[in-house]
Amino acid sequence: MNSHLPILQVLIPLLGAPLCLLVRVPRLVSLFALFISILVFLVSCALLQQVLEHGTIVYELGGWAAPWGIEYRIDYLNSYLILLVSAMGAIVLVAAQTSIRRELPANRHMVFYTSYLLCLTGLLGILATGDAFNLFVFLEISALSSYTLIALGTDRRALTASYQYLIMGTIGATFIIIGVGLMYMMTGTLNMYDLAERLPEVHNSKTVLCAIGFFIVGVCLKLALFPLHLWLPNAYAMAPSIATAFLAATSTKVAVYVLIRFIFSVIGIDFVKTVLPLQEIFLALGVAGIFAASISAIYQLNIKRLFAYSSVAQIGYMILGLAIGTQLGLTATLLHMFNHALMKAALFLAIGGVVYRIGSSQLNHFAGLGKQMPWTMAAIVVGGLSLLGVPLTVGFVSKWYLVLALLERGWWLIAILVLISSLLALIYVWRIVEWIYFSSPRIIVDDIKDPPLSQIIPIWLLVLANIYFGVDTSLTVGVSKLAAQSLFGVVR
Amino acid sequence: MNILGLYNYWIVVVLMMIGFYIVIAHENLIKKLVGLTIFQTSVFFFYISMGKISGATAPILDEKWQLYSNPLPHVLILTAIVVGIATTALGLALVVRIQEAYGSIEENEIQVQDYHDRMEGQLEAYGFRKKHVLSVQKLEE
Repeated sequence: MNSHLPILQVLIPLLGAPLCLLVRVPRLVSLFALFISILVFLVSCALLQQVLEHGTIVYELGGWAAPWGIEYRIDYLNSYLILLVSAMGAIVLVAAQTSIRRELPANRHMVFYTSYLLCLTGLLGILATGDAFNLFVFLEISALSSYTLIALGTDRRALTASYQYLIMGTIGATFIIIGVGLMYMMTGTLNMYDLAERLPEVHNSKTVLCAIGFFIVGVCLKLALFPLHLWLPNAYAMAPSIATAFLAATSTKVAVYVLIRFIFSVIGIDFVKTVLPLQEIFLALGVAGIFAASISAIYQLNIKRLFAYSSVAQIGYMILGLAIGTQLGLTATLLHMFNHALMKAALFLAIGGVVYRIGSSQLNHFAGLGKQMPWTMAAIVVGGLSLLGVPLTVGFVSKWYLVLALLERGWWLIAILVLISSLLALIYVWRIVEWIYFSSPRIIVDDIKDPPLSQIIPIWLLVLANIYFGVDTSLTVGVSKLAAQSLFGVVR
Repeated sequence: MNILGLYNYWIVVVLMMIGFYIVIAHENLIKKLVGLTIFQTSVFFFYISMGKISGATAPILDEKWQLYSNPLPHVLILTAIVVGIATTALGLALVVRIQEAYGSIEENEIQVQDYHDRMEGQLEAYGFRKKHVLSVQKLEE
C-alpha cells in the first residue's frame, strides 16, 4: 500500500469523479466529494512524510521500466506542491457544501463535483508525473474540467469566459505538444529525466531551440503570464465562487511548477542561462505584469475580477523570482506559490461567503457590510494585508525573500519596483476596505450576517494559516530551500 | 537540404498557420472552433509523419520485413485526438449555450451585449441609479 502512494493520489479522485455521477443525490454527492478529497489529502501527507524520510520516490506505472513505461517521480518540489493542492482541494470543498447549494441549481451539483474531482486529478497528475506526454494529458484533463467549472457560473458571461479560456488554453496545450514532439524527435524519449540526459547532446540544434520556445510559450499561456493572461480575469470573475477559489489557489501554481520543472530538470539551468535570453524576457514580462495587472486591479468594480487581476500580478512576482536565476530567487518563487495559494483561497472563499448572503460580488454591494458580516470582512482584510506583504503574514515572507534575492544579484532597481508595486496593492486593498467599513449599506437584504459555520471555519482556517506561516516559517522556507537546492543539483 | 523532400513539414506548417489565422481572424464562434481543429490536426500530422520511416512498414512482426515505422508517436497522437475531440465537443456545447443566452454566435455582437451589461453595473456603482437596490429573498438553508 505504502509503495503505491504516488499513484493513489491521482487514482482516488479519478475514480471518485464518475462515482459522483452515480450518486446523484445533491447532498450526498457533496459529502462524497469531500470524503474523496480528504482521502487524497491524507495520501499526500503520507507522501511528503515518505519523501522527507527517504528522499525521491520513483514509481513505475504497471511495472514498466522508466524510458519505456511512464514513471512518477516524487521529490521535494512535487510532494510539497501535491500537499498544497490536495489541502486546498479539501478545504475549499468544506465551504462548497453550502455555497454550491446556493449558487447552482440542484441538477448541476453532480456535474460540478465531477469536474471538480477531475480537475484535482489533472493537477495532481501534472505534479506527480515524470513523463512529458503524460504531463500534456493531465494538463488537458485539468483544463477541460476547469472550462466546465467556469461555464457553470450563473451569469451568461461565464459562458463566453469559458469559451475564451477554451480557445486560449487549447492553443497553449497544442504548443506544448508541439514542443514535446520536437524534443521526442531529437532524443527519442519522453521521460523527463532521460530527456535531461539526452538534450545536452543536441543542444546546438535549431529544433531543440524551437521545441523549448513552443513549450515555454504554451506553459506561459497556461500560467497567465502577463501578455497571455487575457483569459484569466473573466474566467475567475464569472465562475462559481468555489470554483474560483480552487482554481485561483491551484491551477496557475501548477503551471508555474511545469515551467520550473522544465527549466531546471529537463532543459537545464546552464543552458537557459547561456543560450536563451529567457531570464531577460521573464524579468521584463514579470515586472510589466506586476504593474499592468495591479493598475488594472485598481479600476475593477467586481471584487472577484479585482482579485483575478491581482492574481496575474502575483504570478509576475513568481516569474520574477524565476528570472533571478539563483537558488534564493527560486526559493522565493516556491514560497510565493505556497503563500499566494493560501491568500487567494482565503480571499475567494470569503467573497464566496458574501455572495452566499447577498448574491453579488460587485464592490459597491459590499458597502457597509463590515458591521453585518464582521468575520468574513475581517478575513478579507487579513487576506488583503497578506497580499500587500505586511509583516506577520505570509505575503511578507515571500516578498522578503524575493527582495533579498534581488539584492543578492545587485538588482536594487527591480527591488525598489517590487516595493512600489506593493503600494499599488495597497490602493486596491484600501478601496475594498473603504467600501466595506466606511460607506453606508447599499443593499437591502432580509438578513445579512456571516455565512454559516461550514464556510466561516475553512475561511478562518486559511486566514490563520496565512498568519501562522507568516510567523513560523520553518516548514515552508525549509521545504522550499530543500526543493530549490535539489533543483540546482546541490542535493540529489 | 531538400526542400521538397520535407513536404510533410510544409503541409504541417501551412495547415497550422491557416488554423491559427482562422482562430484569430474570425468572429463566428463555430468558425473559430473549426480553425482550432485544423490547428490541432496539423500537429497530429506532424506526429504521424515523424514516426514514419521511408521504406518501412507498420510495426507488425513479419518475416518479409526488416524495417518498421516507429509506433510510439502514432499511439501518442491517438491520445491527442481523443483530447482534441473532447475539446471540440465541449467548445460546441458552449457555443450552443452562448447562442441560447445571447441569441448570437458572432463575437462582436456578444461583446456589445457584454459591454452594455458592464456599463449598467458601472452606472450603478458610481451612484447614478441610487434607487436601484438589490433585494435577495431569504433562502432556505
